[in-house]
Amino acid sequence: MSGVRLLVGTRKGAFVLTSDGTREDWKVEGPLFAGWEIYHVNGSPADADRLYGSQSTGWHGQVMQRSDDGGKTWNAVGNEFGYQGVPGTHQWYDGTQHPWEFARVWHLEPSLDDPDTVYAGVEDAALFRSTDGGQNWEELSGLRDHPTGAQWQPGAGGLCLHTILINPDDPSRMTIAISAAGAFRTDDGGETWRPINKGLRSRELPDEEREVGHCVHRIAMSPSRPDTLFMQKHWHVMRSDDAGDSWQKVSGNLPSDFGFPIAVHPHEPETVYVVPIESDSEHVPPEGKLRVYRSRTGGNEWEALTNGLPQEHCYVNVLRDAMSVDTLDPGGVYFGTTGGQVYASPDGGDSWTAIVHDFPAVLSVEAQTLS
Amino acid sequence: MIRVVLPQHLRTLAGVDGEVGLDAQERPTKATVLDALEEKYPVLRGTIRDHGTAKRRDFIRFFACGQDITLDREDEQLPDEVASGKEVFRVVAAMAGG
Repeated sequence: MSGVRLLVGTRKGAFVLTSDGTREDWKVEGPLFAGWEIYHVNGSPADADRLYGSQSTGWHGQVMQRSDDGGKTWNAVGNEFGYQGVPGTHQWYDGTQHPWEFARVWHLEPSLDDPDTVYAGVEDAALFRSTDGGQNWEELSGLRDHPTGAQWQPGAGGLCLHTILINPDDPSRMTIAISAAGAFRTDDGGETWRPINKGLRSRELPDEEREVGHCVHRIAMSPSRPDTLFMQKHWHVMRSDDAGDSWQKVSGNLPSDFGFPIAVHPHEPETVYVVPIESDSEHVPPEGKLRVYRSRTGGNEWEALTNGLPQEHCYVNVLRDAMSVDTLDPGGVYFGTTGGQVYASPDGGDSWTAIVHDFPAVLSVEAQTLS
Repeated sequence: MIRVVLPQHLRTLAGVDGEVGLDAQERPTKATVLDALEEKYPVLRGTIRDHGTAKRRDFIRFFACGQDITLDREDEQLPDEVASGKEVFRVVAAMAGG
């Protein structure tokens, strides 16, 4: 029987939420790694029982965890993330140069076909890969060595590599995004990279259309149409139909086009979800109403989804890695908030139910579809 | 035997309940005790001092015989009471928050 497993990372540990295909009743397990920040937990598409988790604290740094049994038991694996060669410097907040320093793993993206291969996006921005189940990590340094690397600057959350998309039709094509450098793509399995930010405009920059420096918050892709990308930028919701070579603004009638997460419906590549928040200085839902916005037209025309979501006095945020979709039919959509709620919609966003109300602030949500 | 007390998160990570016992050393120092600790519990590598540089993580302190020895020279011998196991070598995660 099919079901769904949600992997939830929070400020104070990880949780595993499971349900059958109805997605009505949920079993809640956790906290795992209590007291640690869990930026991300993700499962292998090739083996649903193989999970990877990023565990960190300011006291003890980075620990990596792996489960081979769907989250029942965990073992710490390798946590040494060394930049290749002489790390050099990147731009600091005040415009000076600052040494590259590893801080934490933000995002884990397992290979599509090999449970032992997993990519890690880290702060300060770099992409690492393990091919032995997380024991050893090697930087794909062609990204950070890009000639623009010294111009990359951190966003408010740090210089983090937070998005890793692997093209299912051609796994040597990967797209990543960094706050606040922008989006980059490789077509040769990670050896070489190029910025793909044409069409992005950031009024915070002296040159609004410069090659790098854009604060991309998240990029989403439909596996059935992998060259169509949707981006939630610092401001603006964007769309590309050529794998990022060019971008068009599709914010349309959104009440605000500032936000963090973005997701694409599992079966409808033109159906997109965002969670607008007031502005870059407020980070709360407009009018105190928590609304997911859905476009069925690939952007520009958006409808508010409110059924089951708080429509007064709500001032939570939804972080960039905290929204996910399952692949059941009808498709399910999930997100977690900084107020500790995890919401589920088993009907593509038409209605929502809070699975839990009082978790620690949610950093990430990943939905695994179980068969 | 050298007795080491770890902060709670590291006890959990290492899977130990109380003190950690390490083989006695002739002239133990902070560095040699931490080397032995990481050898016995590889999962602790990187959580007390950085990989590669072995630099102490910012919020970690070391105590012996009630004294903060964090800033003592790395090669300075630990007190005889620690070397003999009469006193513990304490790894402390700084109190923070509010």
